[in-house]
Amino acid sequence: MPTASGRRCARIRADVFVPSPIERTRDGDFRLRLSDAERELLRALPGELLALLAVDPGDPTLRRLSPAAYEDDAEAEGEFRRLMQDELMEGRREALRLLAETAARDRLTAEELDAWLRALTDLRLALGTRLEVTEETYEREIDPRDPEAYELSVFAYLSWLQEQAVEAAMQS
Amino acid sequence: MAPATLAPAEVEVEQPAGEDVPEHERPWIVIVWNDPINLMSYVTFVFQKLFGYSREKATKLMLQVHEEGKAVVSGGQREKAEHDVARLHAHGLWATMRQD
Repeated sequence: MPTASGRRCARIRADVFVPSPIERTRDGDFRLRLSDAERELLRALPGELLALLAVDPGDPTLRRLSPAAYEDDAEAEGEFRRLMQDELMEGRREALRLLAETAARDRLTAEELDAWLRALTDLRLALGTRLEVTEETYEREIDPRDPEAYELSVFAYLSWLQEQAVEAAMQS
Repeated sequence: MAPATLAPAEVEVEQPAGEDVPEHERPWIVIVWNDPINLMSYVTFVFQKLFGYSREKATKLMLQVHEEGKAVVSGGQREKAEHDVARLHAHGLWATMRQD
């Protein structure tokens, strides 16, 4: 189940009374409680995806970022892409840049949190596609000897963080 | 896990009467497909945010995507369907459109 990892982590945290890493404040902003290591990861990852988007937008890792709208109509699909692709890609780049730029902050506006949600989604789509994530991935313990152990743990972390971010956003 | 017998959520798509409606006037439907990466909570959130659906309706559609592999989440004129598909793609969901 896609949320298994996020939910399990969320429960563990709640059990030991660790406050949520993203929490809505009374004035409608969002308070971030993240470690330096988490912030560094969130600052660095968007740059890696932005570089890949710039250098090799046709990389198979990125296929989930621009699925076809029309499955069986190449002409309509071409036209859809011609009209929408630039705007969609610019939106992605803006959200990724914003995540990197605000990763050190203690507070986000609702609009910034929304960009975080989209950027976290794109990072998970790219990394999850590269790791060939399936629903079982969320249930499996990460074997430290696995050559993909680091990337799998980054994916698990991003999944957990996104779950927390969605929960915070839904409080509004 | 919710029961598999859950009734499919309904999205109203304007339905011209009769079989003899010209091809170009038939309404379009927007379909969201299951994928192993997007979180269930996030998919629910996106349906609420983009279409203004209640938490209950958005959850029902998300569960339909998860359990049946896809769900019709909106529809209408071709331009509206394209707009909705583009917004779903902007949020990382796997959405396609076709004529009903």
